Amino acid sequence: MQRFKEMAIWIVVAMAGAFSFATIALNRGETVSAVWLVVAALSVYAIAYRFYSRFIADKVLQLDPRRLTPAEKFNDGLDYVPTNKWVTFGHHFAAIAGAGPLVGPVLAAQMGYLPGTLWILVGVMLAGAVQDFLTLFLSVRRDGKSLGDMIKTELGPVPGIIASIGILMIMIILLAVLALVVVKALTGSPWGTFAIAATIPIALFMGVYTRYIRPGKIGEVSIIGFVLLMLALTYGKEVAASPVLAPLFTLKGTSLAWALMIYGFVASVLPVWLLLAPRDYLSTFLKVGTIVGLAIGIVIAAPNLAMPAVTRFVDGSGPVFSGNLFPFLFITIACGSVSGFHSLVASGTTPKLLENESQARMIGYGAMLVESFVAIMALIAASVLDPGVYFAMNSPAGVIGKTAVDAAQVISGWGFAITPEVLTQMAKDVGETTILSRAGGAPTLAVGMAHILSSVIGGKAMMAIWYHFAILFEALFILTTVDAGTRVTRFMIQDLLGTVYKPIANTDSWAGNLIATALAVGMWGYFLYQGVIDPLGGINTLWPLFGIANQMLAGIALTLATVVLLKMQRVRYVWVTLLPTTWLLIVTLTAGWQKLFHDSPKISFLAHARKFSASVAEGKVLAPAKSLAEMHQVVFNDYVDATLTALFMAVVVAMLVFGIGVARRALAVRWPTAREVPAVYRQGEADA
Amino acid sequence: MRKQIAAFCTAWVRTARLMVGVKDYETYVARRRALNPNAPVMSHDEFVRYCQEQRLSGKSAGKCPC
Repeated sequence: MQRFKEMAIWIVVAMAGAFSFATIALNRGETVSAVWLVVAALSVYAIAYRFYSRFIADKVLQLDPRRLTPAEKFNDGLDYVPTNKWVTFGHHFAAIAGAGPLVGPVLAAQMGYLPGTLWILVGVMLAGAVQDFLTLFLSVRRDGKSLGDMIKTELGPVPGIIASIGILMIMIILLAVLALVVVKALTGSPWGTFAIAATIPIALFMGVYTRYIRPGKIGEVSIIGFVLLMLALTYGKEVAASPVLAPLFTLKGTSLAWALMIYGFVASVLPVWLLLAPRDYLSTFLKVGTIVGLAIGIVIAAPNLAMPAVTRFVDGSGPVFSGNLFPFLFITIACGSVSGFHSLVASGTTPKLLENESQARMIGYGAMLVESFVAIMALIAASVLDPGVYFAMNSPAGVIGKTAVDAAQVISGWGFAITPEVLTQMAKDVGETTILSRAGGAPTLAVGMAHILSSVIGGKAMMAIWYHFAILFEALFILTTVDAGTRVTRFMIQDLLGTVYKPIANTDSWAGNLIATALAVGMWGYFLYQGVIDPLGGINTLWPLFGIANQMLAGIALTLATVVLLKMQRVRYVWVTLLPTTWLLIVTLTAGWQKLFHDSPKISFLAHARKFSASVAEGKVLAPAKSLAEMHQVVFNDYVDATLTALFMAVVVAMLVFGIGVARRALAVRWPTAREVPAVYRQGEADA
Repeated sequence: MRKQIAAFCTAWVRTARLMVGVKDYETYVARRRALNPNAPVMSHDEFVRYCQEQRLSGKSAGKCPC
């Protein structure tokens, strides 16, 4: 009877999912409610979790609840602490949720909501959640070792070093692109800039408060900080309206870029309690709260999707990112479906908290499903906007011009009818002077969120507040990433340079510290600046580069997982990781190849460089450059980007070659060769 | 019922603290005492600072940057 009941429930879930998909995909010409997307997504997650993750847990990994976890073995109450699974789940989700799943799907919406939705769902089920689950499992079976250490022990020391260099390059590109998202959101926006600038003194105050006034009171200080933040947000409107203050906070892209670099440098050398920790509190709680709020908002408002299911830009001619659906849609969505960075988090703190090995399924696989749902919400927020507004916000000025009239004409010409009045009115509604060419995802998401949330609370009058709240929330946690990320990059640089020149590796020395921080900021700052002055918007160039890098890291983690499954002699089940690994390698290598050797200068760095070099030879200046010197700079930047792409590809190929070598040796014998730590069982349970 | 609500609230507070990398102080003290009654124990303040340092010093990836 029980079995029958369970079967009936799953049949209902499957049918609800199938019906929602049919509604989304087959509807032509009529508007579709976003609720169908939510139902479709939730059914897929439920089925994937119940059946696929269970199959992986029971058959592929054979999780053993009797085995002691690192947290139990080394329980010191400090670094290794067996923790309730829901508490650990919350921690793990907060650790993997970042800006990526909010930006990627918004950009991907240029091809319509359907391609993006499908990849977010299929990708998370078969690749993203599998990667998170497996790295967590591998780390738990190795006393909580990090990804880098596991690569060293399972694949060898050389792949270990190659992977570290790869991770360093990814960090640089990631920090640059995230900082660029903030610059794009704040350029010429005194309201937003003021609110974000105010977070710095607020955080400093919070830091001093938790250190000297009320030590350790995190909850209390977070509430105070939140209230101050909301005051700053509300006061921002006055700042934007004030003839004295507004010019102070109306900054150009390049000034913002310099400000971010200086901020990044200073923040990452200050003691962590002063600035980083309080910002971490604010951004983490604001992020989790906003995600929950948005989910509730979407369900209550049940907005209609205005974006077509599939747009004409699936042919690769879109203004937001260049390149065909394959491979660039997959590269663009990145984190919402598969994120290589999660392999670092899943092999960080989380494995040292698990009470039981069997919880790796819920925490590794489950948390990633929730992250993917965040991506679906971002896609919904972008798709509820009038497509005309969406394209006006996300197309570079080089394509749609600088005025609402020009933009409306160009975009209407693409078949998305829009009038200049709608564009100026929208800017007015959200309290900005213009919404044109604000690529980078954050502003679009903010308008979408304002659209959804204002229909639940506050109506049109609150739209500007909601918009700036959304900008604040995104910019805040991106900036928290920039300062924390700069610190991480600094240590990576010290580590790598230390192999050549020992004293620099001393993390307590101020000289080594400052040099490495300057190098870190200099490297991401270079790409940021290059992106800011690029008339095609920069996001166009940098986001694909980041996507390639992030998917490449996922490819590396999954290669490790595949090799370890083979070493464990689970050959029959190796397809579970081999399938997503192969797919990710094909996607990243194809995208990398096209970025290098495609014929179109819009896609390929080298073709772009050739075009500009040819022009230089004729003495002609091409826009964006204004002089021949700038033309040379453009060519130089192209070669830098091309080199970086080639390096990413080289890292992937090298890992693949090493992986195949180790796999062959593992298959040559009949016994398991994986380097797990020996199993220790709970007392009295070994024979149970 | 009241007990359950209290337990639920504690779990929420613990989750929120762990989200920013701060572990449970009482668990730490209890464990430390159990392991060795004479071992020195960090004060609550030191404990929070240790956790912050672990999470944000940059020596390991505390959270996903993207």
